[in-house]
This record gives sequence, structure tokens and C-alpha cells, in this order.
Amino acid sequence: MTGDNHSHDHPHSLLPSDPELRVKTLESLLVEKGLVDPAALETYIQVYSEEVGPMNGARVVARAWSDPEYRQRLLADGTAAIGELGYSGRQGEHLKVVENTPEVHNVVVCTLCSCYPWAVLGLPPAWYKSSAYRARVVREPRAVLREFGLELSDDIEVRVWDSTSEMRYLVLPERPEGSDGLTEEGLAQLVTRDSMIGVSRAVEPGRAGQ
Amino acid sequence: MNGVHDMGGMHGFGPIPIEENEPVFHEDWEARALAMTLALAGWRRWNLDRSRYAREALPPESYLSMSYYERWIAALVDLTVENGLLSREELRQGRPSPDAEPSKPPVTADRVREILARGGPTAREAPSTPRFSVGDSVRTRNIHPAGHTRLPRYARDKWGEVVLYHGAHVFADAHAMGEGEQPQHLYTVRFSARDLWGDQASPRDSVHIDLWEPHLNAR
Repeated sequence: MTGDNHSHDHPHSLLPSDPELRVKTLESLLVEKGLVDPAALETYIQVYSEEVGPMNGARVVARAWSDPEYRQRLLADGTAAIGELGYSGRQGEHLKVVENTPEVHNVVVCTLCSCYPWAVLGLPPAWYKSSAYRARVVREPRAVLREFGLELSDDIEVRVWDSTSEMRYLVLPERPEGSDGLTEEGLAQLVTRDSMIGVSRAVEPGRAGQ
Repeated sequence: MNGVHDMGGMHGFGPIPIEENEPVFHEDWEARALAMTLALAGWRRWNLDRSRYAREALPPESYLSMSYYERWIAALVDLTVENGLLSREELRQGRPSPDAEPSKPPVTADRVREILARGGPTAREAPSTPRFSVGDSVRTRNIHPAGHTRLPRYARDKWGEVVLYHGAHVFADAHAMGEGEQPQHLYTVRFSARDLWGDQASPRDSVHIDLWEPHLNAR
């Protein structure tokens, strides 16, 4: 064996390889040793299952669409403007908002791991964490967007944001046609998670929920 | 490190696995893996950059064959042993060593929301004046460290333009390796897609990457 190969030295190989069994064994060991509080585990799960998710980001976008001054503040200092709505903290400590326009389309990735703005979007979907997305969207963004059903004409500039630091990127999608009379709550219904990652557009009114 | 985690530009992974109405967790154990990872971070024996490095350091065959949360849990187990929270014998036995004193968890349920709300900001006092300004042309260094780096392989030794300056931040490359925070100026650098990928890329397109000053050289 070469010195480069530590696969048999990794402590994780001492636990059962089946993930369910592995996690169960680890959890009971950690709890029994007093290293984690079982109630704290439940709270973490509850926060990310129910309390933090794309509805946060949708509120930010809807506010930006209805309040031009807020939009200015949001683009100038994402962390502060998003903080105004009460969203901050883990994986949202430093936020930068990038705006889609008729000329420019932004899309976000983390090629090295899975960095994602949890504070405004919750936990990332599996495709965002997939090898295919991480490998391809920097090299062939237009082909990747086409798989999401988004066809961009050649004269639109595509900007890919590879999240390599603790800056977290949120896309401000274009406000859809026909959304003029809507309240902020109504607008938020048009904002999908995918539109804030940049792999789709916001939904046109009358098509939400379809 | 030049690991398989550094995937930008690779071929062969197929179409994007898009799933309609995807649940937050596909299996209960995934939720528990996430929760244990967050809770154990409360011991402050390792930092976020170190956990990323622990996942990258999984053997490449394992990295690619494991699902996302399988990587998390494997790296987490490795970190607990490396940092003295668990022993290899305890993993083998699946229970605490008879002479281990029971510990008191640093994160209790009532503190979870407060801890998440605080997060872990990485902005720091600037150690010096930034070397680059928005609009500057920079060339990324041609480095291949065995340790952690946030300069992806596809963007090494390439020309780019500084488009944003974020102040000084904890330098992930050093922080992951136990060398302290070593704050460095952080920039977003724009690379033309053609400079990265050649003529097959659209001349209009670009990739923006956050890079710290030690990743960059002047023209």
C-alpha cells in the first residue's frame, strides 16, 4: 500500500456501512457518552424541516419587487437588507444578491462542496449537491439550464457564481409579466426556490402551484 | 487538495437529477446526520473549513460512491476520533468506554435557535490595505496544495478581473489546516467563460469565483 492511501485508516470504516445503521450506532454512542443532547437534535431537524426554507427568500424577492428603495438596499448590501426582514445566521452570514435582467442571467453553484444560502433558502435540493450540477454548470451553463426547461437566447449574458467563500449568493429573479396588481404576499407565491438559485424564472401569475 | 470533490468542468456525470416536489430529507437518517453534524460543531474542536476538508479527504472511491449525507457522517466520525471526542475502540464496540466520564453536551435544545441565528461570520478586521481594486486584472496562482484550498483547479493560472471586494475574511485554506484564521482580503473575480473553457463557451458568459488575496497575482 502506498503512503497516499489511507482508506483503511479512516475511523468511519469501523462503523457499519449501511447508512441507517451507521447513523443509529453513532447517535446512540454520542447520546450515551453525553456528547449530544437528543432534544437538540430534534430542534435542529425541526428548524430546517419547518422554519427555514425558500419562503424566506421569496419574501425578500417580493419586497424588492414592490419597494424600489428596498431593492436598491438589497443589491447594495444583501446581508443588511435581508437582515431587515429577520433572516440571518448560519449559512447566511454574508449575503450578496445578484439581479436578473433582460440582458443578464445569474445562476449559483458550489463546485467544491455544496455552499448554499441556508438562511434564505433552507437546505439545498439534491440536484444542487449532485456531481452533475457541480461539474457542469460552470462549463456549460446553457445546456444545464435547458435541462431545467430554461432556454436562453444567445444575446443574454450568463453569469455563473461559484460559491467558494462564505459569501452566499441569492438571485433576484425578474418580476414576471402580469404581476402588476399583486400584493407582496401574492408576489411571494410566484417566487420559487429554483428561481432564486437561477435555474428557472419566477412563475407567471395564474400558473403558481401548477 | 486535488481531490474528486473539485468537480468544476468534469465530464461523465450525466444529466442533472431533478426531482419534482423533493422532500427536505429523503430518509430519516439524513436528518439525524445533519443534526449530529450541527450539534457536534458546538464542541468547537473543529471549524467549518476543517469539516469541508474532512469530507474532501475521504478516499476518492468512497467520496464518489457515497450519497451527500453519507459523506457528512463519515467525515463527522473521522473528526470525532481525530479530535478526541470518540475513540476507535468506542466505535468498534458501539458504546462508550467503561472508564469514560459522561460529558455534558455544549448545545442544549433551548440554545439551538440562538446558535443558528448567530451563525459564524467570517469577516475580520483588515490586516493591511488590499492589494487589488475593482477593475484590476489578476492572474490566479498555479498552486496544488495537498491541504485544503478554495481555489478550484479549473480556475488556476487564469486571467480574471476583480469585480467585487468583500473586506477581509478568515482564510479558509489556512483555517482548515489548523493554522488559525489568518484573515485575508476577499474578492470576487470574473473569468470569461472562453478563458476557462475555450471556444465551445459563449463569448458573453462568465464565471465568478470568490478568491482570497494569496490566490492572486498582479498582471
